[in-house]
Amino acid sequence: MIPFILRRLVESIPVLILASLLVFGILHLVPGDPIDAMLGSATFGIGSPEQRAQLTAQITAELGLGDPLPVQYVRWLGNVLHGDLGQSYIRHEAVGRLIADRLPSTLELAGAAMLLSVVLGIGLGIVAALRRGTALDGAVMLLSLGGVSIPSFAFAMLLILLFSVTLGLFPATGSGSLDRLVLPALVLGYEGTGLIARLTRASLLEVMGLEYIRTARAKGLAPRIVVGRHAMRNALVPIVTIVGLQVGRLLAGSVIVETVFARQGIGQLAIDAILAKDYPVVQGVILLTASGYVIANLLVDVSYGFLNPRIRAA
Amino acid sequence: MARAPLVSAVIADARRRPRVISSAGPYRRAWWRLRRDRLAMLALAVAAAMLGISYVVPLAITIDPFQQSLRDSLLPPGSAGHLLGTDSFGRDVLLRLIDGGRVSLTVGVAAVAISLTIGGLIGLVTGFFGGWTDRILMRVIDVKLAFPGILLALVIVTVLGAGLDKVMIAVGIGGIPRFARVVRGSVLNTKGELYVEAARSIGASDTRLMFVHLVPQVLGPAITIATFGLATAILSTASLSFLGLGAQPPTAEWGLMLAEARRYLRIAWWLAVFPGLAIMLAVLAVNILGDAVRDALDPRLQTAGD
Repeated sequence: MIPFILRRLVESIPVLILASLLVFGILHLVPGDPIDAMLGSATFGIGSPEQRAQLTAQITAELGLGDPLPVQYVRWLGNVLHGDLGQSYIRHEAVGRLIADRLPSTLELAGAAMLLSVVLGIGLGIVAALRRGTALDGAVMLLSLGGVSIPSFAFAMLLILLFSVTLGLFPATGSGSLDRLVLPALVLGYEGTGLIARLTRASLLEVMGLEYIRTARAKGLAPRIVVGRHAMRNALVPIVTIVGLQVGRLLAGSVIVETVFARQGIGQLAIDAILAKDYPVVQGVILLTASGYVIANLLVDVSYGFLNPRIRAA
Repeated sequence: MARAPLVSAVIADARRRPRVISSAGPYRRAWWRLRRDRLAMLALAVAAAMLGISYVVPLAITIDPFQQSLRDSLLPPGSAGHLLGTDSFGRDVLLRLIDGGRVSLTVGVAAVAISLTIGGLIGLVTGFFGGWTDRILMRVIDVKLAFPGILLALVIVTVLGAGLDKVMIAVGIGGIPRFARVVRGSVLNTKGELYVEAARSIGASDTRLMFVHLVPQVLGPAITIATFGLATAILSTASLSFLGLGAQPPTAEWGLMLAEARRYLRIAWWLAVFPGLAIMLAVLAVNILGDAVRDALDPRLQTAGD
């Protein structure tokens, strides 16, 4: 097991390096001068063009923006490996600090959404599989199709209309308290809930048709034991995969959900930084997201090994 | 009198033959299977109707979806002359929905065309030739897959600037890896087939092998991905517009309409509900169609569950 984990760990390094290269490359090879963005609001209409040019040159030298791109990249990567993600061009704060300030809010949201989609998704999927062909099954499937079809921002606004404007049950915006977490978590978790329910149903139905389940039944085991211990363990493999993929989906989805519900999180930070061309912040957030995603998939691979010993050998 | 076994076998075979559809290609047979799927046909009808309405109605009527009339602002649905009400500028919501449908569907189809062309070519070439190009490209695609959802589209739009044409490119690029992956896998499965070997042995060039012999085989999975891709593209376009990176006012676009509706959520629910329903209906129809197309193209894929 340990060599297997180590091998997967080593394999994920080039992916992360390529990801950092890609982000760095995309953001630096294009027009759109960050210095203009930095100077834009602060010095608009102040000073002569000469002064402005002088200031631009000074900042370029200070930040090393005049160096060749590979040099800039290696310097940036070296700093990242030392835990220094650089300074925000606009906010004049350390990127690491900015991210650390907003990470708890996003993790809280993503965690709640993940919990919701795993518990509700697997539960609904099992119910649908066991009551296959009934109206209940149809309702669950319709619900899950809705999850991949309604855009999160539209769903969010419908929920705000219903629960905040009409019923007054939950506040529409903000973060920090539990009642402010309910609606965003519901929105962010809905798509995942649908996907997991659908997959659980399909996977469980497939396993339930296998011989060993018939054997377990024939032994006279209670249906609860047959489904819970025998069938679900095998059915879980594809479900774990999709749960791993959810991590990335949740981080990306938080961009929109945080915007609609005005939550101060990573997603909101990313949007602000993108609009302001604040490269270091964009790079930091994306690198963080990609790392989270890679680590989540690593954990998924490792959990395969626990669920199915044959994969360990392969 | 008993017939000789050989004769009866021939007769039996002749009787069976009409049921073996030998003249129809796999795609025609897939279409027949699809036509029997009622839900899929309903979804197709809805999608076609939305497409038809959004392209034809603007030609047929003279009312302008950009026509402002501040005296008629925020009229509720059912008001005279405004079936779905008006927005804060007094513009007709129904007309803007129809106009927005054209925008969403056009951008969606164009984005899918971009991903299909580029991703398909990449998958075809790398799958066919293999080797180091294949390994490098697949690594790059792994990396792209490490950028979840709309994150890459966000970065590309940052770089190119906001606007619908940029969103189209960004969403199109975002879809490339999925097509490349699927087409490559399909090519890998097919290129070892005997008929490909036969074509090669009579001197067919690599180009001919790829485009004449492999493309028809690869088309099936590509069509499935393209259908689902359209649903994703419509959603992504609306999402980016909602964030202010896509369509710019006064364009009527569903995502943008929802963004504008946020300010009036407490007093004008119809501004949020109708565009939301429109996106949902379009995406739902395309998704259902995607499910059915997948099943029709490859009946073996149908699991016990679906």
